Amino acid sequence: MRSPVALAPVVLAVIAIAIVALPAVAPAYYVTLMLPFMAYGVVLLGLNLLFGYTGLVSFGHALFIGIGAYTGAVLTTHAGVRHMELILPAAALTAAVVAAPVGALCARYVKIYFGMLTLAFGMVFYTFLLKFYRLTGGDEGMRMLRPYLFGSEWAGFSKTAYLIGPYYYFSLAVLALATLLMWRIVRSPFGLCLKTIRDNPLKAESLGVSVPRYRWYAFMISAVYAAVGGALLAPPTGNVDPTLAYWTHSGNIVFMVLLGGFSSFFGPLLGAFVFIFLQDTVMSVFPYWRLIFGAVLAFIVLFAPGGLMGLFARFRPAEVGRP
Amino acid sequence: MTANLVNVLLGGVFHAAILFLVAAGLQVVFGVQRIFNLACGSFYALGAYTGVSAVGFFTSHGGPPALFIVPLVLGGLAVGLVGIVVERGLLRFVYDRDETFQLLLTFALVLMLEDLIRMTWGTAPVSTGGLYLSYGQARILGATVPVYNLIVIAASLAIALGIGWLLTRTAFGRIIRASADNRDMAEALGVDMRRVYVRVFTLGTMLGTLGGALVIPATAAMSEMGIELIVEAFAVVVIGGLGSMRGAFVGALVVGVLRSVAISVYPELEMLLIYLIVIAVLLWRPRGLFGAAAA
Repeated sequence: MRSPVALAPVVLAVIAIAIVALPAVAPAYYVTLMLPFMAYGVVLLGLNLLFGYTGLVSFGHALFIGIGAYTGAVLTTHAGVRHMELILPAAALTAAVVAAPVGALCARYVKIYFGMLTLAFGMVFYTFLLKFYRLTGGDEGMRMLRPYLFGSEWAGFSKTAYLIGPYYYFSLAVLALATLLMWRIVRSPFGLCLKTIRDNPLKAESLGVSVPRYRWYAFMISAVYAAVGGALLAPPTGNVDPTLAYWTHSGNIVFMVLLGGFSSFFGPLLGAFVFIFLQDTVMSVFPYWRLIFGAVLAFIVLFAPGGLMGLFARFRPAEVGRP
Repeated sequence: MTANLVNVLLGGVFHAAILFLVAAGLQVVFGVQRIFNLACGSFYALGAYTGVSAVGFFTSHGGPPALFIVPLVLGGLAVGLVGIVVERGLLRFVYDRDETFQLLLTFALVLMLEDLIRMTWGTAPVSTGGLYLSYGQARILGATVPVYNLIVIAASLAIALGIGWLLTRTAFGRIIRASADNRDMAEALGVDMRRVYVRVFTLGTMLGTLGGALVIPATAAMSEMGIELIVEAFAVVVIGGLGSMRGAFVGALVVGVLRSVAISVYPELEMLLIYLIVIAVLLWRPRGLFGAAAA
């Protein structure tokens, strides 16, 4: 029997082909459900650099999702910038500008103090979005006009055709790029330094690794990922609102990472996928999805801290350990 | 002018009185069990809804409206017993786990309780109607204040004093403080930690549910009230210092009054100001104003 490690590329290839072929075979409804999955996938890849690889749990990461989404909304409605190829770098840049000071302050703390500080920064942005009505549209939020993709307006496309066609492949391309880039990051000397910091900060320090500086870098990268994912999240709904930056949203994305498994590279992607589709299934039969999801989260915390990937990973040595 | 000022201040103090109860529940649990209980806001919401139902039951069975505070408080305290179930059924399994998992377990509780409340009481806001004014209004320095608000402020002060007495003057209080200080030593000296944890967590839960029950005559119960209050209670305990009762008291006053003043002066600043203070406190005095020496 072949070992699971050797099977991994085969599994990945099959999944990749399935995702590329999906719009041709699946009903439009399920194809549109893939869009939030891909957006959250980008967010979670970044969040897990902080959570799984650096051992810091942010309870305010929705701040950067909000920044990405609002950057897109402001650019399309007020600045006349409609090309998604411009919106995503702008979202990333805005997030980096905000994350630089915020991350520099947060990176001085670990554990519960890190969580509290990120939560407070997230709530600052949320209350700003909510209360400064004239700038942000308050609780009604802002419209996000349909962005141009690959240099084209796609004017003849209906909303659904646009979403399951060009927008689907655009999102997929972004997710694929983000995944490849993150794969390189965690396998680089930089990624190894982060793991060392998580497992033994004192040792890392004595080996000459500047611990706060590396935590800061990880924070910035994860913020940029969250903003790009946030910008991708907005066009399918056509609207952005302050709840994107609310603390429960931050909690939900940590939940997704844990659901898939924070100790594996692809765990967060699996977590986003299962969360989105399970939520849709549960809501179609029972309106109280939070009750079910709360129970699922409690179950994972108590009995399966490695998440879904952890259940498979029993067959092979852990790639990364506990935070 | 004075009337306006008194109104704003008393409004702030009323809010502070409620915030103190919830934050005190958060503090006592954090102090002893080292768990930051995100669900304490959900307990607050649970207390609020139970209070509405208890009062409704009481008045529909011919209870005199002036006595509505009795079923309100009893209902609020009784539903706090759910803390026993939560502690025994969930939290006791994670005491020796990483705090990330403890935090996420309380987040799971937040999710579950929010929908349990929706299932039980529906999504529309519920309230006790006009009962609130059955105690009449008082005039203070030209301002008109509902007497009920003054009762709540007095009750919260009394509870604060009662907690102080419990912690410093009773055997149980000494055990709580010893366990917070050094769990292993307390256990070695014969303290049954399981019982301490159940009692402390139930005490914390009851403070939250009582806070929710007391606030409800002055407002309406909504299913999101818990997740909104927890971030305010969070601000209170950070400003005051995690685990400190005196900190909860001062923090609640700071948050309650500043919020009230901000709303009347520059409404956009409302909670923004509070969170900016939270960040400032975390950066300059991570252990809060009344916590132990800064880390």
